[in-house]
Amino acid sequence: MSAAISPVRLCHLYPDHLNIYADRGNIAVLQRRLGWRGLVLEVVEVGLGDPIPADCHLYYLGGGQDRDQKLVAEDLARKAGPLRQAAADGAVVLGVCGGYQLLGHGYATADGQQMPGIGLLDVETAAGPSRLIGDVVLEVTLGGHTHTVVGYENHAGRTHLGGGCTPLGRLRRGHGNNGADGCEGAVAARTVGTYLHGPLLPKNPWLADTLLGWALDHAGCPTELAPLDDDLEQAAHAAAQTRAGQKR
Amino acid sequence: MRVPSLPRGVAAAAARGAGRLSQRLGRGGGTTLPGLVLTRLRPEATAEMAGGITGGVILVSGTNGKTTTARLIRAALDASGAKVVANTAGSNLERGVAAALLDAGGAEMALFEVDEAALPGLIDQTRPRAVALMNLFRDQLDRYGELEHLVERWREAVDGLDAATVLIYNADDPAVAEVAGQHPNTVSYGIDDARVGRDRLPHAADTTDCRRCGAPLAYDMVTIAHLGRWSCPECGLARPQPDVGATRVELHGMGGQRLALAAPSGPIELSLRLPGLHNAYNAIAATTVALALGLAAESIGPALARRPAAFGRSERTPVGNARLTTLLAKNPAGANENIRTMLLEGGPLHLVVLLNDRTADGQDVSWIWDVDYELLLQSDRLESLTVGGDRAYDMALRFRYAGLDPGRMSVAPSVSAALDAGLAACGTGDLYVMPTYTALLELQGVLADRGLAPAFWEDQ
Repeated sequence: MSAAISPVRLCHLYPDHLNIYADRGNIAVLQRRLGWRGLVLEVVEVGLGDPIPADCHLYYLGGGQDRDQKLVAEDLARKAGPLRQAAADGAVVLGVCGGYQLLGHGYATADGQQMPGIGLLDVETAAGPSRLIGDVVLEVTLGGHTHTVVGYENHAGRTHLGGGCTPLGRLRRGHGNNGADGCEGAVAARTVGTYLHGPLLPKNPWLADTLLGWALDHAGCPTELAPLDDDLEQAAHAAAQTRAGQKR
Repeated sequence: MRVPSLPRGVAAAAARGAGRLSQRLGRGGGTTLPGLVLTRLRPEATAEMAGGITGGVILVSGTNGKTTTARLIRAALDASGAKVVANTAGSNLERGVAAALLDAGGAEMALFEVDEAALPGLIDQTRPRAVALMNLFRDQLDRYGELEHLVERWREAVDGLDAATVLIYNADDPAVAEVAGQHPNTVSYGIDDARVGRDRLPHAADTTDCRRCGAPLAYDMVTIAHLGRWSCPECGLARPQPDVGATRVELHGMGGQRLALAAPSGPIELSLRLPGLHNAYNAIAATTVALALGLAAESIGPALARRPAAFGRSERTPVGNARLTTLLAKNPAGANENIRTMLLEGGPLHLVVLLNDRTADGQDVSWIWDVDYELLLQSDRLESLTVGGDRAYDMALRFRYAGLDPGRMSVAPSVSAALDAGLAACGTGDLYVMPTYTALLELQGVLADRGLAPAFWEDQ
């Protein structure tokens, strides 16, 4: 392995407010999987009131409690310009749960308010009558490869996709975007939104590496990522898939 | 289906019969079923039975520490000579409370640890004499929902308390303090010894913004998760000076601790067999409840000193030539305290972590990523690690991404095999086990099968 080359920069948006479903696990996976290949992931944390840098290669938005998501939504709507620009230029954006909703056009809450979104994904979300909770197994095709993706969902929002994006995956188990159409998540270019936590990336190393590959490409150093020993990841993936079929 | 309420005597007889049958069939200790049967047949039974407890009902609730705190309060009440009924070995939902009341005999007082989500309903049913609110941490989001909703439910429950009910609360938890502060009759407690403070909030801190104005809180001392000496620099809302405060906390490894408390009645010294800062909070809470109930201050210390750890809560069991210490860990705040408590001891550490994902554990295992297992790796004392349980591989990944070489851990999903791997690694030394709730029950089953421990419903 060559020595560390110019780092990939990840912008972690609102780590103090959007962290309810162990979002730091996703960041750890991205960081370690680059590190094991002799590459460096630099993490820039952006909170309420801080400007968003336009020069990151990956942007991450996690999930939060309703109260925190409301705070964040207004702040993000005010300052999303550089994030939209970076996404248009080819940066990777990953939104999980509340973060996914914020990447869409907005969220109509149960008490009749409209929480703004930033419109990176052509999706609309409205609060439903109940929470959709449980294990999820998806079939996901990205870059011509199809894999299963496992995770856990817990959301009141019902998300519907417009014509400007495609679903991240087809449901084998779980409720997905809205509990009705058999789809989960949304993808437009390199922007990905999903309700899956667990966290998302540790048990889905293929998805982590796909995002890292895109980020390296955007950083100007397209790299064939060397395979890693993912035995534990595959075993955890298999266990989650088995548990998803069991009453417990 | 709503069945009409049966007469009290008939419902009680049916409930007792169900309990005896359950025990005879070996389906557990019969600690829950009678209560379930009773409340189905006669929904008003809990309220009726609670009304017959002349000395009043005491409810203890919070995310962490309920069981230990209730046991400590029980010890103080026993020492005072009061006849007490409690749900010591049973469920902490309404059915467990009902089952305990069914067997209340001539008890003068009732003491119940209560699930935080079940608290509003049980306040309504039992019209308690005293309620202790200990803490609220993120826990099993798939079961309890967001912490925020629980805080709001507690607020409504406090609004519904009788003015005469004394509310004992932890001043160090900003959410609990703000909710409890609305009640006219309160006694607060907290920790005031800066030497046990930590320099910053851990990752798993939940209530970090002011509940009145939303600004980030400032801390001049952090103890556990978001507990500490907090204040809002914007609106001035601040931790109330506790009525009962620990002025000195001396932690003596796994062996126990000494506390010096300042109370309105004068100073109180406590010497405990329970380790760690979380147990300091439990003991201070128990002492505050005992004082609020009018027990003599000088009787509390001796009563608490004798109390060993509750089932699975830093409980120690000899296993062959080794010694097993079990530390129940079911949410990030609790797991972090267990880790810090283990690290109070010197020397090499042999550890088994058991992760189950059943209903009582929470089916969502995301929470392990909010635990600071990194502290174990940074301490450089982790000599052996075994991970087990239904989701052993999720736990293995947690440690792999914390930076542990996978070659340095054993993965054994079966609890029995994980225990054996841990015992083989530790030789004649100490083995620590951190199980989730159902993994703890499994472990207890394995130990009972080997003739090493009593079944859990025999625990007193």
